[in-house]
Amino acid sequence: MSIDPESTAAEIAQAVRGGAVTALDVTEAALARIVRRDPLLGAFTDVTAGRARARARAIDAGRAAGKPPGALAGVPFAVKNLFDVESLATRAGSKINRERAPAQRDSPLIERLEAAGAVLVGTLNMGEYAYDFTGENVHDGASRNPHDTSRMTGGSSGGSAGAVAGRLVPLALGSDTNGSIRVPSSLCGLFGLKPTYGRLSRARSFPFVASFDHLGPLCRSARDLALSYDAMQGPDPDDAACVDRPAEPTLDALERGTDGLQIAVAGGYFAAGLTPEAQTAVSRVAQALGARRTVELPEPERARAAAYVITATEGASLHLDRLRRRAKDFDPAVRDRLIAGALVPATCVNQAQKFRRWYRERVLALFDQVDAILAPATPCTAPLIGQETFRLGGVEMPVRPNLGVYTQPISFIGLPVVAAPIPLAPLPIGVQIIAAPWREDVALRIAYALERAGVAAAPKPPIR
Amino acid sequence: MAPTDPLDDFITAAAEALALPIDPAWQPTVRQHLAVTLKFARLVEEFDLPDETEPSPVFRA
Repeated sequence: MSIDPESTAAEIAQAVRGGAVTALDVTEAALARIVRRDPLLGAFTDVTAGRARARARAIDAGRAAGKPPGALAGVPFAVKNLFDVESLATRAGSKINRERAPAQRDSPLIERLEAAGAVLVGTLNMGEYAYDFTGENVHDGASRNPHDTSRMTGGSSGGSAGAVAGRLVPLALGSDTNGSIRVPSSLCGLFGLKPTYGRLSRARSFPFVASFDHLGPLCRSARDLALSYDAMQGPDPDDAACVDRPAEPTLDALERGTDGLQIAVAGGYFAAGLTPEAQTAVSRVAQALGARRTVELPEPERARAAAYVITATEGASLHLDRLRRRAKDFDPAVRDRLIAGALVPATCVNQAQKFRRWYRERVLALFDQVDAILAPATPCTAPLIGQETFRLGGVEMPVRPNLGVYTQPISFIGLPVVAAPIPLAPLPIGVQIIAAPWREDVALRIAYALERAGVAAAPKPPIR
Repeated sequence: MAPTDPLDDFITAAAEALALPIDPAWQPTVRQHLAVTLKFARLVEEFDLPDETEPSPVFRA
């Protein structure tokens, strides 16, 4: 039977569980869409067709034998190419890492999604070593925004966003160090979840900045975020930062609505320099939620500055030896920032980490008064591929570092955030729903309520 | 002798001390990035924190 490419993960899983469609049918349809559409989008870097078909057949055989097929039965998904996938070299968007030995074992998040019945169909394009907000890649080409292929997907999880917005798969995994899930979700019109720092295991994924690295899903519905997030939760001793905290399922809480939740809008820094589109998006969300209160995060500009310093230096430390031996094999835009990061005195880093603790305590105090805070996800809709500067608040600024100006002060202290897509014309833009640590359920409930109210939606792109 | 730029001198010396070769063609961009990062570092440093402030994260044995 034909599979509607608009189907969400929840709809596919329900159809597979009920026997309306087989996992193999769904997988073949996804593989066919990738063949047809990906040359335009540049989202995939490897397609694991053989593995996917074998997995889908196993799910169908299990179901026929009476085995429960799982919450994500037959759902095709793909992962940013910094996740280990057995038998593939984990390239992390780089030329250098292609020479690594193939991974021996999948990342635990892939294992957990597949344990719930999902089917991995490939790996996805990304900015080199995740030091990127554009989705451009000098080695693999740019990921292209399905809503306008002359425009950026945003990065660094650019292929993840392009694959889901382009209807190749309903679910992709990305990483978010300073905004790399939330920025592409905003520019491509998707729901993206950056969970609390330490919630999802980062084991067997290629790191960038250990202090801020998070992994999470990108989807076309809030329900799919909850479904996939629930399947991936749980402790993992293989990631030193992953907390020993039992899973706290969120799916059943979605229907609880927003009654009783105190929701505020972030003012000051988060209201400055916005384009009219970003302003409209935040206003629409605030109005729909009845969020009339404004809160001021303390010193967000310094928080962003501290995140910038820690990112530059931890990233440089990770790559120092490669910079010594293989500098010419890096993307020059990444290389020169990393070299600069290697030269920053350690005193600057220590001060930034001290400020981080101060800032964390002050921001957490805000959650004594509110349950969630709204903020723009990006200052603007998708810039053109190759665009180097844009005007924010009347000031000409470089695009690459400044697309994350509103996401960076949040991931800096590991707060959970759902980026919710607001379907403006001609291009969508996202709003961050920020919750207290471990309260992904609150952010997901709000995103789901906005979706039900027709305020948030993943708009259909014009591509066929 | 032409006056030298302190940040360029720092880049040259620090890169040499780290055994990190920098192609002269890259140096202007490296300098630009370093200047931005140091500007951000100063913004953080200017914020007064008590001496007792613990960095985050704290190591626990």
